[in-house]
Amino acid sequence: MQRRACALAIVATGFMAGPASAYMAYVSNEKDNTMSVVDTATMQVVKTVNVGQRPRGITISHDGKHIYLCASDDDSIEVIDTATLEIVDTLPSGPDPELFVLSPDGKTLYVANEDDNLVTVIDIDSKKVLSEIPVGVEPEGMGVSPDGKTMVNTSETTNMAHFIDTTTHEITDNVLVDTRPRFVEFTPDGKQAWVSAEIGGTVSVIDNQTREVVQKITFEVAGLRPESIQPVGVRITADGKKAYVALGPANRVAVINTQTYEVEKYMLVGQRVWQLAFTPDQKTIISTNGVSNDITFIDVATDEPVQSVTVGALPWGVVVSPK
Amino acid sequence: MRKRTLLGPNTEFRSVAVPASRHGTKADVRSPLSGFDKICRSAKLITGTLTSRRSDNNRTLAQERVISSMTSAVPGTLAAFLCFFSLTVNVPGALAQEATGRQPAATAKPEKKLTEIKIGYLRAYAPRLALSVLDVPPRDEGVAGGNVAIADNNTTGSFLGQKFSLDVTEVKPDDDVVPAFKEMIAKGNRYVVADLSARQLLSIVDLARDNGVLIFNAGATDDRLREEECRANIFHTIPTRSMLADGLAQYLIWKQWRRWVLIYGSHERDQLFAEALRRAATRFGGEIVGEKLFEDTGTARRTDSGVVQIQRQMPVFTQDLPEHDVLLVADESEVFGTYVPFRTWIPRPVAGTAGLTPLAWHPASEQWGGTQIQNRFAKANGRRMVSKDMAAWTAVRILGEAATRTQGADPRKMADFIRSDDFSIAAFKGQKLTFRKWNQQLRQPIFLGDTRSVVSTSPQEGFLHQLSELDTLGVDEPETKCVLK
Repeated sequence: MQRRACALAIVATGFMAGPASAYMAYVSNEKDNTMSVVDTATMQVVKTVNVGQRPRGITISHDGKHIYLCASDDDSIEVIDTATLEIVDTLPSGPDPELFVLSPDGKTLYVANEDDNLVTVIDIDSKKVLSEIPVGVEPEGMGVSPDGKTMVNTSETTNMAHFIDTTTHEITDNVLVDTRPRFVEFTPDGKQAWVSAEIGGTVSVIDNQTREVVQKITFEVAGLRPESIQPVGVRITADGKKAYVALGPANRVAVINTQTYEVEKYMLVGQRVWQLAFTPDQKTIISTNGVSNDITFIDVATDEPVQSVTVGALPWGVVVSPK
Repeated sequence: MRKRTLLGPNTEFRSVAVPASRHGTKADVRSPLSGFDKICRSAKLITGTLTSRRSDNNRTLAQERVISSMTSAVPGTLAAFLCFFSLTVNVPGALAQEATGRQPAATAKPEKKLTEIKIGYLRAYAPRLALSVLDVPPRDEGVAGGNVAIADNNTTGSFLGQKFSLDVTEVKPDDDVVPAFKEMIAKGNRYVVADLSARQLLSIVDLARDNGVLIFNAGATDDRLREEECRANIFHTIPTRSMLADGLAQYLIWKQWRRWVLIYGSHERDQLFAEALRRAATRFGGEIVGEKLFEDTGTARRTDSGVVQIQRQMPVFTQDLPEHDVLLVADESEVFGTYVPFRTWIPRPVAGTAGLTPLAWHPASEQWGGTQIQNRFAKANGRRMVSKDMAAWTAVRILGEAATRTQGADPRKMADFIRSDDFSIAAFKGQKLTFRKWNQQLRQPIFLGDTRSVVSTSPQEGFLHQLSELDTLGVDEPETKCVLK
């Protein structure tokens, strides 16, 4: 109890230190077709925005001016102005967009179209589809290397990570991973791609040079059925030292030492943890807890959950922007 | 707005990091179009000397991309020559594929020879009546699921040089299936998905064993096929009657509805399901306080006077049952079950083959990625997916998974993989599914639903097991009579 209060105090003072550390977190709520806007300093919902049907994947332009949101059941990507919080545009996405990734130069969106076994490449400026790349069954996870040269898609029923050349839009390697791969995250140095497998219960670390699985991370929590540990979202700190993995119905986020691949901690957050996002200052990581309808602020320095905040129904994804 | 402070983790944790296992094998590069056809099409594009480009208006942008990319990957003239050669001189397929494999590819690695994995599908079929037209089984029940899995396998197979096909043969429910099965073996099928009666299935198992054929039972729920009559060359993807009954019983106990009455039909399968319900009652603490047989006297099913009769007769039929919480119905034969709900003497919920029904799959399940398979299935077949479709889909996907993981089509290697500890399959049921080693039954959660929606899935919370909670459903290892041979 003492320690919790202490952590709270530290974080509170941290946020009060100055406006520079105050950000807005945007959360897509899959079940009630809204997006919650949360002030990370006060940890309060400041606005709830009505969006398209079944909002899932969410990301933000590098200048922080536009949010891109997959409206899965509307077969489109909505562009939301962060100043007015109004939908200002839509991008063609192909059917049932679930998750996407923005290229490092901020110009291109790579979208997984779950129903059609395709990855759609969209040029944001011209709003044109540049390419549709056939991949495995039920494409979902999308990652891009920091140099922008390689894009990785995972297909949930094919159980592969497809490495795609972003210049030719061709698949160059298919790496078998465990069952139902959900998410891809590159290490900041671009040397590894981490791929979570929801039903397999593992994270595969793939060498981006050899395109071989070099390590498989498993999870074990005493008192929990192994089947309830279902890794989904993965985020790696900018210094490349720690990885955070959301464990779905295990209601926990795992902290992994990227040097030893050891799980160093399991943090209890909320129910069915799916996605994660850092604040730009890397002091906080936020988890979306779908079943408990909330998000949890986690202090990165201490790896302690600080506070949970109720958002909309079935929060799916989260992204943070500078204010 | 609610804010809450979190409780810290109160359990002990242990972390495990293991080296990459054989799962981490890397697959070779494949494009989704078959190699030779692709080269020919691109060669035509390059040279323009052969037939004009196929006027395929439906070609996707993706396919265009594949075609245009091939222009850089394959020397045009050589490819064109090969295509011309194959067209005019009729080079045998094998040589053609070998030639493809030898193409010097600038950006892609050499392509593997296409491996074909033929799966037979043997089913007993005859049009069946049901008490409600809504319950008449679809003409392609099961087969439709198998076909969706073939398409799924082929998408994955396109990256590995594997091609799957489904060869469906139908017999009548009472027919001798041996000739049809022999024909299937003769055609080179080494895997057969079976939707047959227990008797028919047992008539082919020895023949299958002697010919190295693996059978996937996607139709028969009979416990004896996993118990006294179990076989080493049959895998069961459809749950047993005891698994279904246990799934239902756990929910009723969870609800604290413990006193049951049972009405069962006069046909063999009705009585087998009734027996599974009695077993479930003993197992989980339910009490069957009364039982009644509903004799099939061959009454007309769908007549106006029938409805009048039912409204008058069903209350009378249930009038003398002792006080109960739930009325259980065992009527797989569709003689009276649908007529029980809302027509009983006292108002009580109905469960079993009518009312709340235990199922291997529910057409309305959207949890655990279910929306994806449901959409895919509905798009391909124009109807919703039912239990038998899911059992067949799972069987064919298991073979696809085995081919992917073993990187080939060797039946022995694939069977070894399916039997190994490394095997698991995802089937939109919230957790990985594995086979019970002692009788080769697929462990799986059981859906409980009415005609419209999923009410719950079992195992229910609190029914514990030292190994897998899925083993609280059906006959467990210590009680099994199975000796695999």
